[in-house]
Amino acid sequence: MGCWVMAGITFREAARKKILWTALLAGLGFLTLFGIALHYQIEDFGAHSTAPFIRYQILSAMLMVGLYVVDLLAVVMTILTSVDTISGEISSGTIHAIATKPIPRWQILIGKWIGFVGMIAGFVALTFGGTIAVAYFMGGVMPENAFHGALLVFLECLLALSVTFMFGTWFSTLTNGVIVIGLHGLAFMGGWLEQMSGFTESARLVAVGVVTSLIMPSESIWRRAAFEMQTPLAGSLPFSPFANVSIPSPTMIAYAGFYLLVALTIAVYHFHSRDL
Amino acid sequence: MRKEFGNKIAVRKLSLTVPRGSIFGFLGPNGAGKSTSIKMLLGLVKPTSGEAFVLGERAGDVAVRRKIGFLPEHFRFYDWLTPAELLRLHGRLCGMAATKLRERIPVMLELVGLTPHRDKRVHDFSKGMMQRIGLAQALIHEPEIIFLDEPTSGLDPMGRRLVRDVIRAQRERGATVFLNSHLLSEVEVTCDNVAFLKDGEVVAAKDLHALGEAEIHVVVRARHLSPQAVAGLAPWTTAATVEGEQLTMTARSSDLLPDVVRHLAASGADIYSFIPERASLEDLFVRIMGEDRGL
Repeated sequence: MGCWVMAGITFREAARKKILWTALLAGLGFLTLFGIALHYQIEDFGAHSTAPFIRYQILSAMLMVGLYVVDLLAVVMTILTSVDTISGEISSGTIHAIATKPIPRWQILIGKWIGFVGMIAGFVALTFGGTIAVAYFMGGVMPENAFHGALLVFLECLLALSVTFMFGTWFSTLTNGVIVIGLHGLAFMGGWLEQMSGFTESARLVAVGVVTSLIMPSESIWRRAAFEMQTPLAGSLPFSPFANVSIPSPTMIAYAGFYLLVALTIAVYHFHSRDL
Repeated sequence: MRKEFGNKIAVRKLSLTVPRGSIFGFLGPNGAGKSTSIKMLLGLVKPTSGEAFVLGERAGDVAVRRKIGFLPEHFRFYDWLTPAELLRLHGRLCGMAATKLRERIPVMLELVGLTPHRDKRVHDFSKGMMQRIGLAQALIHEPEIIFLDEPTSGLDPMGRRLVRDVIRAQRERGATVFLNSHLLSEVEVTCDNVAFLKDGEVVAAKDLHALGEAEIHVVVRARHLSPQAVAGLAPWTTAATVEGEQLTMTARSSDLLPDVVRHLAASGADIYSFIPERASLEDLFVRIMGEDRGL
């Protein structure tokens, strides 16, 4: 019961944050830009009598870039909206009136988590679905395994959320934000190092990439999503932003899921045992 | 209970018994450990050692939190809610049914004088209004014990009177009120018992209704006060000095004052006035706490 009350109020609280609406506006802005780019590209295809096969591959590649932007936007929005939900309420004292109510502390934290999950689900559905809809209705392209890809992007956001919650039970809002953004920066760098290893054929670069993915597996989830959604031809290219170089395995996705659960468990445990 | 934060001892030795159904004042200077003590009793802070029982159950347990209401010193909450929404949320967190809340919320808003402001957002509230809505959320589920941390800070005189009346009404319905306040005049007229906390330790506890039975200062204006009459006061007083026609003494108890009057009259003194001066709670506080340490 307490869990759902907290989830409801957190959803409403998160939905009121300016950052969510800014991210949604940015998403809309991006969709508009994406639509304009597709429109011009399709006009150019007509002018140059591009073969349908090539046309499909180019539009699919543009769609993948669009979905990558959506993924970045969703993760950043997740972190920025949730970064102060635990630490901010502890430092302001708001938590005192809640934690003295007859609900276990784990319900407060899990309720907040569920509230954010609802908000993130809505955001991902709108932006991810919107991007695919624009590409489909304007260019007739559809990613492979779109639903699977959306679920993976959602999983990446949940991972970011759980890690933000975990550090939020220890650190101030600012420190928490720096740590979580830093971890995502590390994962981003690791992912690109692995991609570059496809070009340089360096086993050591792959090793560095794998280690960074183990430290923070968020970028691995996106690379798996990209692998699932891209066209077979795009995947066979030796070097592209979404090339099939060192594809994160299902085991890595399972590891990311495990990582998420561990982060959330640590958050619950530490929030339960700490002084407020 | 004892609480340490690293090398700092916040509460050295808290040993306290609060009678059920009473209004209990918890007093002490800044930094004495009052807020940490309350947080331990509420389960917000875990003691380093020792344990507390509230209403017979271990402090902080979910079962006992059902019976507790708490107004933090600086009540903060999601300020985009209206007062009715805020009370509904707190009521639901206390496990109250929606139908019960529909009846209870208007009553609580009326009780704390916020009915005219029921449609405002809390972010438009003054500090005093925040205290009032904070008090209402602490009482929404009719708790058996209410912890109030500086409930009158930020309130104007009308607000203070309202809080005083609400506290007394809680006692009338059988609830216990644990009051932490710096406003000793408020405590003096509201509380039944007080405990004084100094350097994280309870150094004194008093029954305020029994304060009159303790030592009492008396100022007497009289003529023909003989040295023998003053010396003869020793069985009833701890100190007595004469300056001109004024005799100042400290009687051992107010119960002894009639004997003192009879003794002085019998010794030939003409008594023009006899004024007992009860020590105020503030005097008692200063005497117990010692000099101001600027905390």
